[in-house]
Amino acid sequence: MKRIISLTVQDRSGVLNRVTGVLQRRQFNIASISVGPTETEGVSKMTLVVDVEDEQRLEQVTKQLNKQIDVLKVSDITDKAIVVRELALIKVASSAQLRGEINGIIDPFRAMIIDVSKDSLAVQITGRPDKIDALIELLRPYGIKEIARTGLTAFQRGHQPQGNELSATYLLK
Amino acid sequence: MKVEAKLEFQTSTAPKTGADLLIDLLIKEGVETIFGYPGGAVLPIYDAIYRARGSINHVLFRHEQGMIHAAEGYARITGKPGVVIGTSGPGATNLVTGITDAMMDSLPLVVFTGQVARSVIGTDAFQEADVMAITTPITKHNYQVQSVADLPRIVKEAFHIASTGRPGPVLVDVPKDISSEVLSMVPEEVSIHLPGYQPTYKPNPLQIRKLAEALPKAKKPVILAGAGVLHSQASAELTTFAEKHHIPVVTTLLGLGTFPADSPLSLGMGGMHGTYTANMALYESDLLINFGARFDDRLTGNLKHFAPFAKVAHIDIDPAEIGKNVPTQIPIVADAKVALTQLLDEAVASPECAEWHEKLTQYKKDFPLWYKLDSSGMSPQWLVEAIHKVTKGEAIVATDVGQHQMWAAQYYTFNKPHRWITSGGLGTMGFGFPAAIGAQMAAPDATVVAIVGDAGFQMTLQELSVIYERNLPVKIIIVNNGALGMVRQWQELQYENRISESILQTQPDFVKLAESYGIRGAKIDNQEDLVASLPELMAYDGPVLIDCRVLQKEKVFPMIAPGKGLHEMIGVKPQ
Repeated sequence: MKRIISLTVQDRSGVLNRVTGVLQRRQFNIASISVGPTETEGVSKMTLVVDVEDEQRLEQVTKQLNKQIDVLKVSDITDKAIVVRELALIKVASSAQLRGEINGIIDPFRAMIIDVSKDSLAVQITGRPDKIDALIELLRPYGIKEIARTGLTAFQRGHQPQGNELSATYLLK
Repeated sequence: MKVEAKLEFQTSTAPKTGADLLIDLLIKEGVETIFGYPGGAVLPIYDAIYRARGSINHVLFRHEQGMIHAAEGYARITGKPGVVIGTSGPGATNLVTGITDAMMDSLPLVVFTGQVARSVIGTDAFQEADVMAITTPITKHNYQVQSVADLPRIVKEAFHIASTGRPGPVLVDVPKDISSEVLSMVPEEVSIHLPGYQPTYKPNPLQIRKLAEALPKAKKPVILAGAGVLHSQASAELTTFAEKHHIPVVTTLLGLGTFPADSPLSLGMGGMHGTYTANMALYESDLLINFGARFDDRLTGNLKHFAPFAKVAHIDIDPAEIGKNVPTQIPIVADAKVALTQLLDEAVASPECAEWHEKLTQYKKDFPLWYKLDSSGMSPQWLVEAIHKVTKGEAIVATDVGQHQMWAAQYYTFNKPHRWITSGGLGTMGFGFPAAIGAQMAAPDATVVAIVGDAGFQMTLQELSVIYERNLPVKIIIVNNGALGMVRQWQELQYENRISESILQTQPDFVKLAESYGIRGAKIDNQEDLVASLPELMAYDGPVLIDCRVLQKEKVFPMIAPGKGLHEMIGVKPQ
């Protein structure tokens, strides 16, 4: 099962190495990882999507991550009400004649064309990973030359509904 | 006859450097002994050590592996961090085994490694190794100093992290330009702030109550005592608790001595080569209370058969240990001493379990540890018993890894804590002898015995120089079976007696070897001679090496074969 783990860490050299080392040592597959600064200076947020076999191993890796001195907080936010976004850049083969057609496809996704050349164009899309996957599938017939994705980043919504009325599990296939 | 080089010291007028600051900080931390080896990248630090002589004791070992195991032995006895200084590159990589060993057995170490100057880090400079990356998975934490101004904070944090919570090794990598930087001003002292490191010492009262409620309902309670009890100095509390409620106690390999072996409640060591009674108690128990043990696989055997009928309470300062291997119904994150004190303070009713005690007593009677004497030579088990007798069971015993380690664990029964030093988790050959040196430094007046195998001893024997130089009266007893005994035993039992590369065809003359280092040596190959000469050898005021020739074919029993459960021990009866 895929889980979204959110970590706040001290922005010190070696902390990324420690986090990925813990996951590698315990044989977890990292599907994506994104890191960036937060509202607090010297504190970074990491969002990991990991493949975990079972609850016990998930608990173990969460605890091992928590043990790292520079890790301030670890939470599995998969089952919380969360906002999840990813950004992707997609380079599609396209002649000038096809541009309008592609525009028509990406428009409902609120994606945009950010670079155009003689035989290709670059699309930028932001959204949930499943939405990005859907757009990629639609663009595939035109010939995808390159994809760069940021990996998912997320945090909890301002309001957490009581009980399990909202789960983000559906976001992760 | 000791040959001593005459050293003349000169007064230094050199300005204070980052290295001087480092040594000052070590002195301020209360460090008395440094286990070290110089080299290019730590020359500034060694210059500072030269200038600080008299205020700090530096012991020069002959190999970095030897010195770090010595620091581990020192830490095991004092409970204080062992301080190690090694140079960059090969100096640092030679420390890796010891750092990993300390990580596995939760020993506090603060390891300083030199590093090439910051301007050439990453250029594959001479004696450069990526020590930070190499040691990340084997340290509790590691630092590379990026500014002299950070040194006071980093040193303070390093000692704090190494010695609190679940202890462990912390490494500080010091680039040469930092240690040689001339101080324009002494950096101000800082207080440490580690928001990501707040070990829990006090247990959750709710969980303590749960345990207090479970205890009187138990019919077959058992305590498992591990090294966490040693780290929190809780042997007295553990003993009081067990005696108050009349609960039998099993110790782990590292937990030997946490509970007096001569108590009727003691069931001995559990695990692969533990006693039948201890393992059956763990197997049949309906309430297992684990104080500071990590349910290591050598203790549990096949997890499917580990304590299958028990409600498990686990008291550990490291939350990651709880539930890691064994499902736990009563998780208590706490320091063992604090938890035991609370349990003693609470009005806890005792369990009624006369039948259980009767059963265990019967097991003890029916399945005691056993070995056979053989007229053709010396039995290693008998040898350990003889050492126990001569030292009245009061010695500090350090071992290597293998058969002799298990025999020492089985037959050198410990009634008091902090006398047993062994490499449990990593199982490091070459550990025992240098660890004994560190222990002797920590306890100069104690009898320290290194019980080692002939193979493991040859991995770190160069440290004979150190015990000679410092006249440390370590007694080295080589349990010499001319083989990698445990490997040989497994090949005999698991690989249809295909003895592959586990017999040592040639050996040095250990007596002459000792003598070439200026140390008294003796070779003994039969029981009569041992009985006659051991008391005098052990009483000798100085280091002694005793090469004891024992029966090669002897095996460690009883045992749990790989993949088997606690209740499936073999070799429980004389064969």
